[in-house]
Amino acid sequence: MKKLGLIVNPIAGMGGRCGLKGTDGAEILAQACALGAVPEAPDRALTALQQVAKLADDVEVVTVGGDMGAKEADAAGLDARILFTPDGRATTSEDTRRAAAELAAHGVDLILFAGGDGTARDVYAAVGDDVVCLGIPAGCKIHSGVYAINPRNAGELAALYLQGKVKATGRAEVMDIDEDAFREGRVSAELYGYLTVPRDAARVQGGKAGRTQKDEQALDEIAYYLFDVIEPDSLYILGTGSTVFGLKERLGVDGTLLGVDVTRGRELIAKDVTERQILELLEAEGGDKAKIVVTVIGGQGYIFGRGNQQLSPRVIEKVGRENILVVATKQKIAALGGRPLLVDTGSEETNALLTGYMRVITGYSEQIAVRVSA
Amino acid sequence: MADAEVFPYIPNSVPEVKAEMLKAIGISSVEDIYAEIPDRLRFKGELQVPPRCKSEYELRRHIDDLFAKNKDCKEYIGFLGGGVYNHYAPSVVTTIMERDEFLTSYVGDAYADHGKWMAQFEYASCMAELLEMDAVNTPTYDWGMAAATAIRMGARITSRDEALVCTAVSPDRLSCMKNYAWSAVPTFTMVKTDPTTGLVDLKDLEEKMTDKVAVFYFENPSFFGVIEHQGARIAEIVHAKGGVVAAGVDPISLGVLEAPAKYGVEIAVGDVQGLGIAMSCGGGQGGFVATQDEPKYFGEFPALMFGITPTIVEGEYGFGEALFERTSYGSREKAKDFLGTMAQLHGIGAGVYLALMGPKGMAEIGEGIMQRSAYLAGRLNGLKGIKAPVFSAPFFKEFVVNFDGTGKTVADVNKALLERKIFGGKDLSTWFPELGQSALYCVTEVHTKDDLDALVGALEEVL
Amino acid sequence: MGITKVRKNFHQARWDEPMIFELSTPGVRGIIPPAAEAEVAAAAGDVVGKLPESIRRKTPPALPEVDQKRVLAHYLHLSQETLGSNLNADMSQGTCTMKYNPRINEDLAMESRFANVHPWQDEDTLQGILEIYWGMEQIMKAVSGMDRFTLQPGGGAHAVFTAASIIRAYWRDKGELDTRDEVVTSMFSHPCDAASPHTAGFKIITLMPKEDGYPDLEAMKSVVGPRTAAIFFTNPEDTGIYNPLIEEFVKVAHEAGAVCFNDQANGNVLMGIARTRDAGFDLCHYNLHKTFGTPHGGSGPGTGAMGCREEFAKYLPYPTVEKDPATGRFYLDYDRPESIGKIKGFLGSAGVVLRAYCWAMAMGPEGLRETAEISALNNNYFMELVKRIPGVSAPYAEGHRRLEECRWSWQPLTEETGVGTDDILRRVGDFGLQHYWSSHHPWVVPEPMTIEPCETFAKEELEEYAAVLAQIAEEARTDPELVKQSPHKCATHKRAAEEELDDPTKWATTWKAYKRKIGK
Repeated sequence: MKKLGLIVNPIAGMGGRCGLKGTDGAEILAQACALGAVPEAPDRALTALQQVAKLADDVEVVTVGGDMGAKEADAAGLDARILFTPDGRATTSEDTRRAAAELAAHGVDLILFAGGDGTARDVYAAVGDDVVCLGIPAGCKIHSGVYAINPRNAGELAALYLQGKVKATGRAEVMDIDEDAFREGRVSAELYGYLTVPRDAARVQGGKAGRTQKDEQALDEIAYYLFDVIEPDSLYILGTGSTVFGLKERLGVDGTLLGVDVTRGRELIAKDVTERQILELLEAEGGDKAKIVVTVIGGQGYIFGRGNQQLSPRVIEKVGRENILVVATKQKIAALGGRPLLVDTGSEETNALLTGYMRVITGYSEQIAVRVSA
Repeated sequence: MADAEVFPYIPNSVPEVKAEMLKAIGISSVEDIYAEIPDRLRFKGELQVPPRCKSEYELRRHIDDLFAKNKDCKEYIGFLGGGVYNHYAPSVVTTIMERDEFLTSYVGDAYADHGKWMAQFEYASCMAELLEMDAVNTPTYDWGMAAATAIRMGARITSRDEALVCTAVSPDRLSCMKNYAWSAVPTFTMVKTDPTTGLVDLKDLEEKMTDKVAVFYFENPSFFGVIEHQGARIAEIVHAKGGVVAAGVDPISLGVLEAPAKYGVEIAVGDVQGLGIAMSCGGGQGGFVATQDEPKYFGEFPALMFGITPTIVEGEYGFGEALFERTSYGSREKAKDFLGTMAQLHGIGAGVYLALMGPKGMAEIGEGIMQRSAYLAGRLNGLKGIKAPVFSAPFFKEFVVNFDGTGKTVADVNKALLERKIFGGKDLSTWFPELGQSALYCVTEVHTKDDLDALVGALEEVL
Repeated sequence: MGITKVRKNFHQARWDEPMIFELSTPGVRGIIPPAAEAEVAAAAGDVVGKLPESIRRKTPPALPEVDQKRVLAHYLHLSQETLGSNLNADMSQGTCTMKYNPRINEDLAMESRFANVHPWQDEDTLQGILEIYWGMEQIMKAVSGMDRFTLQPGGGAHAVFTAASIIRAYWRDKGELDTRDEVVTSMFSHPCDAASPHTAGFKIITLMPKEDGYPDLEAMKSVVGPRTAAIFFTNPEDTGIYNPLIEEFVKVAHEAGAVCFNDQANGNVLMGIARTRDAGFDLCHYNLHKTFGTPHGGSGPGTGAMGCREEFAKYLPYPTVEKDPATGRFYLDYDRPESIGKIKGFLGSAGVVLRAYCWAMAMGPEGLRETAEISALNNNYFMELVKRIPGVSAPYAEGHRRLEECRWSWQPLTEETGVGTDDILRRVGDFGLQHYWSSHHPWVVPEPMTIEPCETFAKEELEEYAAVLAQIAEEARTDPELVKQSPHKCATHKRAAEEELDDPTKWATTWKAYKRKIGK
């Protein structure tokens, strides 16, 4: 029998309706309640669970007592095993982390969680990419790619995954913005890591174009291209994110997923570097032969300023615009639907330098020209 | 207002209907739609095309009049082959190909178009039995493109960029291969044909086969009709250097000739036209490409491959595209093959043909063709100044006839034959000057003894 | 006025047909080939027995052994399980121009003086066919404004490849092939405008559209330069949007020395309205199997008529069809030393050229223009109907009219109900309509649907189609499972294990592989 782990962050999303831009922290939550915010996550979780309820006989639900899943499972008519019941009055970030960790230890096949970016961060902090997870969108900040498009789809995809009808999994970004900064009108999204999520590969078209290209193949093609163009003597500053990490793997560079790594040709010379380290390397080697490889982080289309702040204005200026290689899957560029790529380096001058049009490398001898805007 | 033209193929050309539709859209004329096009780009003149055949009968008469200027291989006795073959097209095949359901379908998914997918699957399955290979593409344009595809597949499989090709191929086909393969395989080197036997010159192959060569392509029967029986040795030579063996085969021969997979061929290609598809002035072609169903090969097919798959109803056959993402399966690919509208209808027809023929039909037709062509070659060889066949190895369906001893050119001979309602063999003197005044003759099951004797008789008169 | 009917009680034939191999009984015959006369056989001797052992077939091919009636019935069943465009209001396959394929053209193509003609016959015996080729070329010249055409490419993508080959030869001649190695296209051009030049060896730069869906001239200016060999643009694009700045794009390319190719796959709406040459293009192509009414054949045979300005004519594939002005005789010109060579055997898909010629002759100048105008009218009428359906939108080009088709988005409905375009397109089949074409990948328009209601369709058919879409949208809200588990009334049901089609141990594209892997 398959085991479904369930976590509901009952307070997720409460801040959104009151214009509070999130509910991270007890003070904000109290403020939200005072403004009359009503929990939405429970209803959203229930919608998803109703899709799973059809498998009641074949799935064991494992969850947390009270508001964090037990109530919702019960409402959906699912018997659930309760691992623990949090004692505090209001659910905290620690409760989510503990729940995720215990579900992982219990050996669940999938963790279905209802919440927002903060919840995804907590789940990630607890389980990393060891357990397959899927988010039910219920928070007011959804920058992470771990969520289904709506609660119903989350439930369906969970059911398909548990039935073995969807087997493929992939990495999805866990992103979050600094809520304090956001409230002050600044967006400063960080890439925290990647959760492993089920991937619905069964998008079959009418036969003419076939199924969508998988990321794996797109990365193969981009990597083949880089193989041919990488100059052995040049410095390569390889950015963050799963796309660039996939290329690092293919190029045989033992780099990091969330960090910036530096190579000479395809030889790794510095791992998970800071801005200062990059500048030192550029100083030592001469910046003119260096190149930066970055990808698009998050759904908004950022190439600089989100999850790769190490690539600072000084680094960018030193390397020069013409030495920036932007890599991405065609899928990701297409999903922008004509919206530009974005830069937010913190320096208006550098932003201005980067705006205009850039060629994004999307395959072997294939590039897409995209507008870049600040 | 003058009487409006109403077109049988355009229902909404009726003025009242048009008016109603314009009103619903809220515009007064289609010009309001075409306002999207800058005025200076608008075409203001009258299209300089012929006046219409307003009635269907006028159209038929017009085409009848044009066709009256043609002659065909029923009225005349034809000995032309070289890739377009005058085989008999059974009524069932023609009936199925002309069903509007198949004929006018396109790329619908395998629910409403289930039958098309299944017919294609069965076509591939019949070809698989014939070739003893269990992966077969949906047909590409023709043999030339299939052979070109084999070259590119070979390059991808081996990550090499040179090809060897035996000279005994159609120069047109070779031209097509070179142009198509250029970006992946810029270098083609020709391997000699033994001038006596007509077989692949193994010594030359051995010399030219290096570890830079991706693929060696030969044909069996060759363009000259010669049956290549050194397959195992060819495969040995090519495999010793890590290359891929590709061969063009004539499917109609495979009831009597060994399946290419059995003598080391890894990629088999050819044309399905001979399998019950009318010649139609060269319009009946369809190229097949086949390999074993192993990821190494399967991953390199550029075409759609229709796979059988279960549906939500137990026991029901469903279909879908197998491994759509094939283009870089374990190999680097600098330039992909393109996909498009190719020749699926001819695949369906060929599938019906093979289902009708069965193993016995294929054995019988192969033997019958060999008997007739052997008979004709024997009789021609008895004529003064004629050598037939030119090559000593056994042949299938086609053979080279040399007229050097007659003092006449092939062009002269063919002109005289034409007056006697015979299409003589393809003149090879420009393409293969080393063969002198030679022609490529093709004999199939449509030829009766009388037809063959008529040619002999005519040549006796002409020479 | 005829009635508009949603075929709620439609049901496609569902024969639960076994595989042809499962009908096989050893010894049964479907057809018997003609045997050689005894005298011939005797003179020839044991031809098979004399073959070298290594090349003689030892095991007969395991083909089906089925009687003729059952073979016929089997394939008739399969044909009934196929929804050809002549059987339904197939505006579904957008960008494919699924117009009526006249029966008369089929009858003509079956005539012996065409069907039994060999392309290498003496030219004197091919005069009728050569005149048809020549005549078709004149028609294409008139429609496009170009100087020469080849009718040899076997489809649209093949014609685009032919153009790319010609452009390659052009730059090779100029000695610039090494530096002119980039081709620029747009995201809403047909994907073959990228794939075909890529196959020919060019690097591909694709322009993203602007946020309003129009091609981005500034993007074009940013990429075009001394490396640009050519631009390959479809116009109108697959969104149905006509690029009003097309001349500017061509100008920018020409100023950089690049060659300009226009994919006229969507050119049905422009015949007699606008010529590609007048927008400055150097080469172009039309799909005869789309725009000129020839059957699509389940995906071929087709013909991509590729045209060019005189400057490029010397590179056309050989042979060209010429008319001797003095005698009026037609002939094939093989003597073309700068030709790119052959791209397809013989003269190409002669049957398609014949049918296209017949279609064009049945239309005449006024009919070609009427075709264009009614396809624009039909599309805009259909858009009025579909726009009213809650849950579907027509992204981009706000305030502008589309020409021949529209790429719709079901995104609003999907967000509301979880029912996506892949579900809806399957469900359409339950109403006697072909599953519609969503979009090429990658999807720029989310949850796309591309419908092309060309001139073939009656007003009532447009209404029927829109009513079916409205009904499915309603079902998505009230009974989403009905849509998600569809089709229910087609020849087969929803695929249950698509992932197995990507699994080397499970996929099977022939019966032979199926028996080996699945064990039957």
